[in-house]
Amino acid sequence: MMEENKDTVKDVDFWATNSEEGGWNISSTDEGSQKMLEQEDEVTTKIQMGSEVIDDYFIDDDISDDERMILNMGPQHPSTHGVLRLQVELEGEVVRRVQPVIGYLHTGMEKTGEELNYFQGPTNTTRMDYLSPFFNELVFSLATEKLLDIEVPDRASTIRILMTELNRISSHLVALATGGMDIGALSMMIFGFRERELILDFFEKTTGLRMNHNFIRPGGVAADLPDNWQKDIEKILKVIPEKLKDYDEMLLDNPIWQGRLKNVGILTTEECLAYGITGPSLRASGYAWDLRKMQPYSGIEKYEFDIPVFEEGDVFARWRIKVLEIFESLKIVEQAMGNMPKGPFKIQDKKITPPPRKRLDESMEALIHHFKIYTEGFKVPEGEVYTTVESPRGELGCFIVSDGSSKPYRMHVRGPSFCNLQALPVVMSDSPIADAVAAIASLDPVLGDVDR
Amino acid sequence: MKENLEISIEDYFQKVEELKNDGYEMMVDLTAIDWFRKKEPRFEVVVNFLSVSKNKRISIKVKLNDELTIPSITSLYPSANFYEREVFDMFGINFENHPDLTRILMPDDWVGHPLRKDYGTGRIPVQFKNAPKVD
Repeated sequence: MMEENKDTVKDVDFWATNSEEGGWNISSTDEGSQKMLEQEDEVTTKIQMGSEVIDDYFIDDDISDDERMILNMGPQHPSTHGVLRLQVELEGEVVRRVQPVIGYLHTGMEKTGEELNYFQGPTNTTRMDYLSPFFNELVFSLATEKLLDIEVPDRASTIRILMTELNRISSHLVALATGGMDIGALSMMIFGFRERELILDFFEKTTGLRMNHNFIRPGGVAADLPDNWQKDIEKILKVIPEKLKDYDEMLLDNPIWQGRLKNVGILTTEECLAYGITGPSLRASGYAWDLRKMQPYSGIEKYEFDIPVFEEGDVFARWRIKVLEIFESLKIVEQAMGNMPKGPFKIQDKKITPPPRKRLDESMEALIHHFKIYTEGFKVPEGEVYTTVESPRGELGCFIVSDGSSKPYRMHVRGPSFCNLQALPVVMSDSPIADAVAAIASLDPVLGDVDR
Repeated sequence: MKENLEISIEDYFQKVEELKNDGYEMMVDLTAIDWFRKKEPRFEVVVNFLSVSKNKRISIKVKLNDELTIPSITSLYPSANFYEREVFDMFGINFENHPDLTRILMPDDWVGHPLRKDYGTGRIPVQFKNAPKVD
């Protein structure tokens, strides 16, 4: 019986393909495969070695093929920041080639986005980059507003700036915390998450949720700021700089920290531009490019802040730039708190934003508008739009194609982590495997944003 | 600040080369639209470029013919690598001369292209990689 079975499945491997059409790609689906690709030609090897743009690798003839091995890091690995799998070719202890394998967190959010109307859209996009949910909501709302050709009230855009900049601080704090943990500074892990709680508490008070808020919506924001919100912000403004000083005392002049980070995982400006890397990683490589200054959104051009730039392009520069950006974001938060305008927090167009709950008991018209928005949604004119914001990881874009109905015909989000991940072979190759972990942490990928 | 261009598939690679020499250093986004039963031809590829030196954006739209094949621009912009794989995975569009055109987000042995408009949501039971077939 067993032998008969063996004969029938000789040509067709059901277990690998789940179909009878044949196992055309069996070896690469095999998790234990010692090959990184079906065919290994020169171009693909170059991409995996990160030497496509600049080749700085020198082959050591002394090392025999016996010392090469292919190792799987992940998908469940503490320092891959989620479910990222890396196939790594090692030469002794040195990483030679890297092949990132992604898709473990893919949930088809772009397809889901086509099924939800514009009013429900932010619920979906906020779950993409789960460390910076406000930016995802903001970019979707800005795209919708551009198609509708409306402008939100001043108070709404100031609340948006306040929330997104607080979100940038909390996101960078996680990056510092997990980055520290990967290198072995475990106290940094505790500190980063402790300070982040302060900000998340404020988010919870304002939006009702710590993450995945669905707070910024097309036409404004979902609710006004809570009573006495200034007190919470003042506390954040007071505590966070003090704590950042503590981190600096612990890490900045620490010889171990410097030894682990300096001259590790170098990205040149040329490589950054070629691989489309934006955000802190580009600024750490010596290019002062920040969308908040160059292509401003939500009136951020009115605020005074600087863009920190470093020339080194190593992991230390990418760590330092995140610390300095927290200070700059605190400046913006302080200014937003000082100049918070009075007025409505969402656009007063009954066709786009739902009426307040109280009005439903008094006005038939309000009830009808409420019903229409929550069942059908609002219609958006035909057109295509691509909007961008500067998320903590780089350029976050949203591309919406509308066919005139109340649902987007096509909704695509350009996640910065997806693009930045292509630089992993560049930062990881030709360095010891211990440094590779520091290099992954410095690029700060969020796998929810990569796989969507 | 933003330009939109529509070009034919024959001029596509040449135009991208021109843009690269013209100071558009970054390819920031590459995606596709499926106009199933709405427009002919069915697929369009949209590519967004960014010039950080001139602070300009340009978006190129290419209409595909029935062969669903378009030249790859990975040799000009290495950042196109993942994006072209994603479009191949989600729409089944082939990119000529791409170094490693395999599925990126879906499992290698997945059948169908999820972001096509004729691929329904919730219609197909979830397929797991290497899972035994249950009938």
